[in-house]
Amino acid sequence: MIAETGLALLWLAAALSLLQLILGWAALRPGGEALLRIVRPVAVAQGLLVAFAFLALIWLFLQTDLSVKLVASNSHSAKPWLYKFAGAWGNHEGSMLLWVTVLAVAGAAVALFERRLRQDTLIATLAAQAAIGLGFYAFLIFASNPFERLPMVPIEGNGLNPLLQDPGLAFHPPTLYFGYVGISIAFSFAVGALITRDVGPAFARAMRPWILAAWIFLTIGITAGSYWAYYELGWGGWWFWDPVENASLMPWLAATALLHSVTVLATRAGLRAWTIMLAVVAFSMSMIGTFLVRSGILTSVHAFAVDPKRGTFILALLTLYIGGALLLFGLRVRHVKEGSTFEPVSREASLVINNLLLSVILALVFVGTLYPLVTQAFGFEISVGPPYFNLVTGPLALVLVLVMALGPILKWRRDRLHAVANRFAVPAVASALTLVALLVFAPHIGILPLFGLAIAPSVALASLAPLWGRNLRRTPLFTWGMVIAHFGIAVSLAGMAADSAFTQEKLVAARPGQVIEVSNFSVRFNGVEPVVGPNWTAVRAELQATRNGGSPFLLHPEARLFSSPVQDTSEAAIQTFWNGQLYAAIGQPDTAGRWQFRLWWKPFVTLIWFGGILIAFGGLLSLIGRLRREHRGKPVSETEAETAGNPEAKAATA
Amino acid sequence: MKRVRLVLWVPLIAFLVCLAVFAAGLGAPQDKTTKSALIDQPLPQFTLQPAMAGRPGLSTADFRRGQPMVVNIFASWCIPCRAEAPQLEQLARRGVPLVGIAIRDRPQDLAQFLATYGDPFRAIGADVDRRVQLDIGSAGVPETFVIDGRGVVRHQHIGVITDSDVPAIVAAWEAAR
Amino acid sequence: MRALAATAMLLLLLASPGPAAADSLMPAARWANVQLPDADQERRAKALMETVRCLVCQGQSVADSNAEMAGDMRSIIRERIQAGQTPDQIRGWLISRYGEAISYAPQLDARTALLFAMPLILLLAGFWLVRGRFRRKRKA
Repeated sequence: MIAETGLALLWLAAALSLLQLILGWAALRPGGEALLRIVRPVAVAQGLLVAFAFLALIWLFLQTDLSVKLVASNSHSAKPWLYKFAGAWGNHEGSMLLWVTVLAVAGAAVALFERRLRQDTLIATLAAQAAIGLGFYAFLIFASNPFERLPMVPIEGNGLNPLLQDPGLAFHPPTLYFGYVGISIAFSFAVGALITRDVGPAFARAMRPWILAAWIFLTIGITAGSYWAYYELGWGGWWFWDPVENASLMPWLAATALLHSVTVLATRAGLRAWTIMLAVVAFSMSMIGTFLVRSGILTSVHAFAVDPKRGTFILALLTLYIGGALLLFGLRVRHVKEGSTFEPVSREASLVINNLLLSVILALVFVGTLYPLVTQAFGFEISVGPPYFNLVTGPLALVLVLVMALGPILKWRRDRLHAVANRFAVPAVASALTLVALLVFAPHIGILPLFGLAIAPSVALASLAPLWGRNLRRTPLFTWGMVIAHFGIAVSLAGMAADSAFTQEKLVAARPGQVIEVSNFSVRFNGVEPVVGPNWTAVRAELQATRNGGSPFLLHPEARLFSSPVQDTSEAAIQTFWNGQLYAAIGQPDTAGRWQFRLWWKPFVTLIWFGGILIAFGGLLSLIGRLRREHRGKPVSETEAETAGNPEAKAATA
Repeated sequence: MKRVRLVLWVPLIAFLVCLAVFAAGLGAPQDKTTKSALIDQPLPQFTLQPAMAGRPGLSTADFRRGQPMVVNIFASWCIPCRAEAPQLEQLARRGVPLVGIAIRDRPQDLAQFLATYGDPFRAIGADVDRRVQLDIGSAGVPETFVIDGRGVVRHQHIGVITDSDVPAIVAAWEAAR
Repeated sequence: MRALAATAMLLLLLASPGPAAADSLMPAARWANVQLPDADQERRAKALMETVRCLVCQGQSVADSNAEMAGDMRSIIRERIQAGQTPDQIRGWLISRYGEAISYAPQLDARTALLFAMPLILLLAGFWLVRGRFRRKRKA
């Protein structure tokens, strides 16, 4: 009953989506103004309907309704309720329903809250969003029905992949999807503006909060996913340049570039065509990522079950949407006014370079991810992995981060080189000192971590520079946001470089009573005991560790064996300190009664994700700051923002 | 202005190229197995101890005696390997000289496996740490190679040998003579 | 009852290292999970392992995988490093047996030339695109 209701809701939502598209198209024609008022409610209704459909699916999972094929193949009555709930999106059909739900809800949000956009552009935007929805509704209903029933109800379900039976699953995919699919709004805005020829500063100001919101979720989603992989996969890695990971990184890179170029468009009316292009590219990357993950053409630990027919369907959708948008771009963008040119030393210039570097990195990740496909088409197989990606994106990322450090301390319109050098003097000295210290005390670390660690202090200091000499209470919230987000990047960079440079690993086959030394830790293996969980049994080891002879603490790594499906996982034990993490994983015993242990001391590794949270938090402050300003009716002039609370700068611009 | 116009179409063209790559990827057979790169290359030098008593071991010299041979890489703990026992019997009956390489096996388990599923091998080498398996480019069990009389690898069959695969292997062996 | 089940589980695990049906009953290879005594050698071996693809996994390096075959490959890599081979030699050996797909570090040759030239091509293209955005320095 619930399943049929869910499917019916999906059909209804799809029908409303079609209605939204037709109404939007009709409303934009001369004489159709009367229809303008109906389009918004239709979009909201569509969002509500599909949200209820998704709730129906969650209900089915929570009830472990085994007559539904999806529940039977991915759930189990003995699973804890959290994983029944999260298991709804731990599979292809369920996550695709989540995808479509976010798409429709995002459209509904625009319909409900967007007030600044020109009427006709808003209608065109909603029509574009509906058009995208239609294709994916069709995909869901005809090729990936989550509500399909089984002719015979099985006694028990297959269970969820044990790697996914973790709180991270409840958190990472939805957050990621809000960003990944939420950026569709930018795509629809861009298509809408191309249709109504409305590409200008007002349009940019309207689009900016939506981009920010999606970008914040994307940042959190990627950060969470990275941390989840770190502790769940049991090997201490936090990024693998896996095709699915790249599929989430590429929209983030595009959205970050878009975030900055839209500011240039909003304030200086430049980079019009470029901003539109980026908005199209960002969501295109999301759609291509969806294709890569679900078509099976690339091998990945994250990929869903393979079905080339589904791949073909999505490919058709890609052709329609991305091809259509790019065609529209080619045809219409010549009507977009040419923007102004920039001074070579100015805030605008730094934003252009920032966009350039982000786009190059994005393109490199894209080419690297797809290259094995290209060579396969020509008859030979290669693998492109971390060695390539780190080599080409690492140095560019370092340059980008330096540009990011310089950007906020550059003035809009025109600045002088020696003045900039003055402002950057203190950070530069900090970096030089760090570099020298590293060369003296840590000569063996690789060149990329060396430079990463060296420039992190200057970037951190430079990102705080806009607050310098300012009345902090009168500094606009979005300036705080920018400062914190940029500072977060420096923090993340420091974490990544430190982990790369200073991680120490110890592999030992230990007998109970044996002591293992890692860095300045003494870890004694006390023994193992069997442990039983709700749907697993495990061997749990007790490790007693002391640091430099301090007070001891216990670590309990486990080797778990799940019953349904039968799979073993390693649950690492992590102890966090202010300056790093001690990470312990247990492996297999050998015939001599010794247990395999892997221990790592990872200095400052938590900075990676703490930085990620800072970045997202900075984005949130920016979003709130801008929305509050709009609400108060204050025009957001960047130069005004520069000088708010900063008497010196005010005097300089007076 | 004309130059600007062309640039605007670059993204679309780039996308069409991507589409072609994706379509090619979808159209290509979904073959995720790793093949050995030693086809038509000589076998590397190796010597394997006998995997069980009363049976000779295996070394490269055995493949250079002028007679093409078929080597089956298997293990007693490999469940799919049990399924190809009848097909191996078929090969042996057709006169194909069969030798085996047992991966990571204990003599007692191997003896039990052969007693249960049949024993068509003239010799079985013990590869306890996959050294030789890695050295000939085999990525799993079961796999079967056809080696010609001069020790050159001529054919590789990945996975279980089914009835429909037997003619191909026999043909490869005959071609290697 | 639970204690009984747990004890049985423990005995099972102790008796058969490797609960998955696809693994052998023999212990791990000599150097699969043991680090080389020489720190420099271990560093080189580790760096190499992270670029060698695990053949029975879905996109992991042998350093990251707990598959038995990955362990055997790690062992052979460490052995060869200890015997004095360079990482490039070992990679070359693996490529000669399995083809280029086994290395995550693509080798530079005519077929991957485009891949390695991409950074430069993209940067040049990018600079060419933005060159029209900047005002020429006006002579006073």
